[in-house]
Amino acid sequence: MTFVAKPRVHHPKLPVNEIGLTRRDYEGPVSTLCAGCGHDSVSAAIVQACAELSLPPHKFAKISGIGCSSKTPSYFLSKSHGFNSVHGRMPSVATGANLANRDLYCIGVSGDGDTASIGLGQFAHIVRRRINMLYVVDNNGTYGLTKGQFSATNDKGSTSKKGLPNLNEPIDLVSLALQIGASFVARSFSGDKKQLVPLIKAALIHKGFGFIDVISPCVAFNNHQGSTKSYDYIRDHSEPVVVTDYFAAQEEITVDYAPGTSEEVHMPDGSVLCLQKLDEKFDVHDKVHALNYVQTRQAQGEVVTGLLYVDPDASDCHEVLDTVQRPLNELDVDDLCPGNAALEMVNAGFR
Amino acid sequence: MSINDFVIRFANVNGSGSASANTMFAKALFRMGLPVATRNIFPSNIQGLPTWFDVRVSARGYLGRRESVDIMVAMNAATYEEDVACLSPGGYLIYDSTKPLARHLRRSDITEIGMPLADLLLSEFEDIKQRGLFKNITYLGALSALLDIEFDVITGMVATQYKGKDALIAPNIAALEIGRGYAQRYLSCPLPIKVRRVEAAGDRIMVDGNTAAGLGALYGGATVCAWYPITPSTSVAEAFELYANQLRVEENSGRRKFAVVQAEDELSAIGIVIGAAWNGARSFTATSGPGISLMSEFLGLAYFAEIPAVIFDVQRAGPSTGMPTRTQQCDLISAAYASHGDTKHVLLFPSTPKECFEFGAQCFDLADRLQTPVILMTDLDLGMNDSLSDPLTWEDGRAYDRGKVLSAEDLEAVEKFGRYLDVDGDGIGYRTYPGTHPDKGAFFTRGTSRDEYAAYTESPEAYEKNMRRLLRKWETASKLVPEAVITSSGQRAGILYYGTSATPMPEALDLLEEEDVHLDTLRICGFPFGKEVYKFIEDHDFVFVVEQNRDAQMKTLLVNEGELDPARLVSILYYGGLSISADTIQAQISEYFTQQKLPRLTEVKS
Repeated sequence: MTFVAKPRVHHPKLPVNEIGLTRRDYEGPVSTLCAGCGHDSVSAAIVQACAELSLPPHKFAKISGIGCSSKTPSYFLSKSHGFNSVHGRMPSVATGANLANRDLYCIGVSGDGDTASIGLGQFAHIVRRRINMLYVVDNNGTYGLTKGQFSATNDKGSTSKKGLPNLNEPIDLVSLALQIGASFVARSFSGDKKQLVPLIKAALIHKGFGFIDVISPCVAFNNHQGSTKSYDYIRDHSEPVVVTDYFAAQEEITVDYAPGTSEEVHMPDGSVLCLQKLDEKFDVHDKVHALNYVQTRQAQGEVVTGLLYVDPDASDCHEVLDTVQRPLNELDVDDLCPGNAALEMVNAGFR
Repeated sequence: MSINDFVIRFANVNGSGSASANTMFAKALFRMGLPVATRNIFPSNIQGLPTWFDVRVSARGYLGRRESVDIMVAMNAATYEEDVACLSPGGYLIYDSTKPLARHLRRSDITEIGMPLADLLLSEFEDIKQRGLFKNITYLGALSALLDIEFDVITGMVATQYKGKDALIAPNIAALEIGRGYAQRYLSCPLPIKVRRVEAAGDRIMVDGNTAAGLGALYGGATVCAWYPITPSTSVAEAFELYANQLRVEENSGRRKFAVVQAEDELSAIGIVIGAAWNGARSFTATSGPGISLMSEFLGLAYFAEIPAVIFDVQRAGPSTGMPTRTQQCDLISAAYASHGDTKHVLLFPSTPKECFEFGAQCFDLADRLQTPVILMTDLDLGMNDSLSDPLTWEDGRAYDRGKVLSAEDLEAVEKFGRYLDVDGDGIGYRTYPGTHPDKGAFFTRGTSRDEYAAYTESPEAYEKNMRRLLRKWETASKLVPEAVITSSGQRAGILYYGTSATPMPEALDLLEEEDVHLDTLRICGFPFGKEVYKFIEDHDFVFVVEQNRDAQMKTLLVNEGELDPARLVSILYYGGLSISADTIQAQISEYFTQQKLPRLTEVKS
């Protein structure tokens, strides 16, 4: 496997965003994943979302664990630092990175093995800690790099490439995230960029923990008949509950949904999420309802997608810890060291 | 008659409030100017099991544990038998005589001092809980008369201890007076063993190593602390947070210039530390042996990915529960070589609270300079017991060494940034923090598979070249860790020790001198070992290596890293879970001289 840089020249008429950059400025080197891998579509959606938001492409911290999904941060936003860390431990590394510099956009990419098996504990606790980040799971229900073992999100009864059924109950990551307090929870499909890109934008802008479970089929090991995470299966069983459009603060809102089904969610930065609710009764602000809805439809064999829950006024870890506005990594000795006079007072307390 | 020289042991039941009374006793002696050392021997339990608290007072300033006990305050019926038995002949037994002492416990070679404590308190306090708590304060009052402790020193301490809870001051003083009054009236006071005000403590302070280490992290500029509770390291993180809340808040906003996260486990704690350090914040965790085991995978990643991370390892005995509330120096090998692949980690060995502070702060400079994990190897004995220490000092104007970090301006001047290029020949590359420059300096951090420009490669040549560079960095580290402390008068034999094995050493050396055994000394302060360590070993016929573990872990490191002949290093080991005593060191060395039929006369080399 080698590092393949993309050619730097691009079409002179490629559109530029508000900060004068083209989408190419948000890309990375050529992916080494299998042709047709859903994960590459997720990377492309991240590129598109960041470019459309006009975020500076070097102001990200990209963190991942281990697995096919975790290789992807090197294939987008090449002007930013990335960290391919330890299997299942991306959440802790992302926590540290976010504590050190609250001004960077933090993107964590993980897989179903990385998050639902070895990293389930860390996943649960980063949700509880309310780290301000976008946490994406490229969920394909299988271990790709080790050639096709079932992962913990694989549905009971879904078969392996060799035809053997999975005998264990799946872990549903959106239900878990809802239950333990994530303030932004969505599910999407790598094959549905129209749905995924606005969700990524909203999760990036959302202050607090933004979680997106993206069903992302594995063309090598889990895209056959009998798999419940194949392109065909998800296209047939995906049940969008909400269509989300994201509008930045100054942007004109152009959608026109039927009355009674639409809702605007105002984010603290002035941006707006326009929701078209396909089920009129669905409420993205009621997590008990969302949890119930997801589970009910799941029992009927449907995979609910779209924005499932958002608390636009959520707090993040830095608010909870009451840290200074300046990034901690910018503070130097004058900010940090209390000096010898203070130490003499401390000494006095030990006498 | 003995002045300012004794060991008193308090035998209590844990959870009975005895620790604060016993600490007050020790502090009173310290405030009278006496060199005092305390050792709390406690069970892995909240309430109901036996606990002992030793206070050693030494006119000569010895602070190590001594094997014999001169005064036993026996307040735990469950351990009466062993407590009475361990008292030295001629010693004093103080007990609650509300019930008579069982016949089989009586010894003719000690003085029994009975006080009807339960009876005394029964008439004074109605509340049963108060009676229990004030029992400790009452014997403290009696001890003030028996040992001739200045009473206003103790009452003054009660006033400071309960400042803000003023309602507690009066009943505490009443309890002190009950005990003191009883002793003065019915017992012969003072005993032949007593104290007298001196100026021997000087300007020293009494503090535990964990508090000092927490302050070291604060002064060393740590901004992120992630930890998981584990005895005996918990109080490091707690001290950091306590003092940071006092001394590290933004003036106008009141916001904190630090973040403390109690993680879900040690894996997460070290992951947070590594993530924060990768992103340019000084960060640390505090843990003990089991935590080091759990952190091992991440420590390897930090070694290969070259990320500064600071770990305070407060060592304890063994796994699981029970002995873990006892002290040992038993994590050396697991810390030095933690993780898979070829890894080695920088270790520092403090032996006093002052060094916990200084080395604790220095860890952050070293980690940033060397871009690698640095582990402070302290232990339960140093970490959790109050001991006499020189005051903590900080040189104002001292800058933090953030190591080789390129700013946006620096990057402008660089033609092509190579994260792992050895530009300066010291094995250390230049790093950038995320988000520094719009176009330059970004790189993807991985464990190993990368070239000097951080591009992905699995080339064998690139891998080996990188690993050789890491060895050059290791060599650089050996010059930067604190140097060994050496005293030499040209003896044939030497003695080498580190950490808390240094505490009983002045006394052990004095005892050996009395037997005409004279040794040059070397105290190791850091790993990798500096040249001076190997030279010391080379310059002596043989060297004793004193440590508190079964497997001679420091000796193993010396032999392994220095390719030494193991026969030249003679192990002096103690691993019973209490701290090593001067008596143990002296006995083992003396026996070695006898067995090997070595001459004991001073033989100075020409």
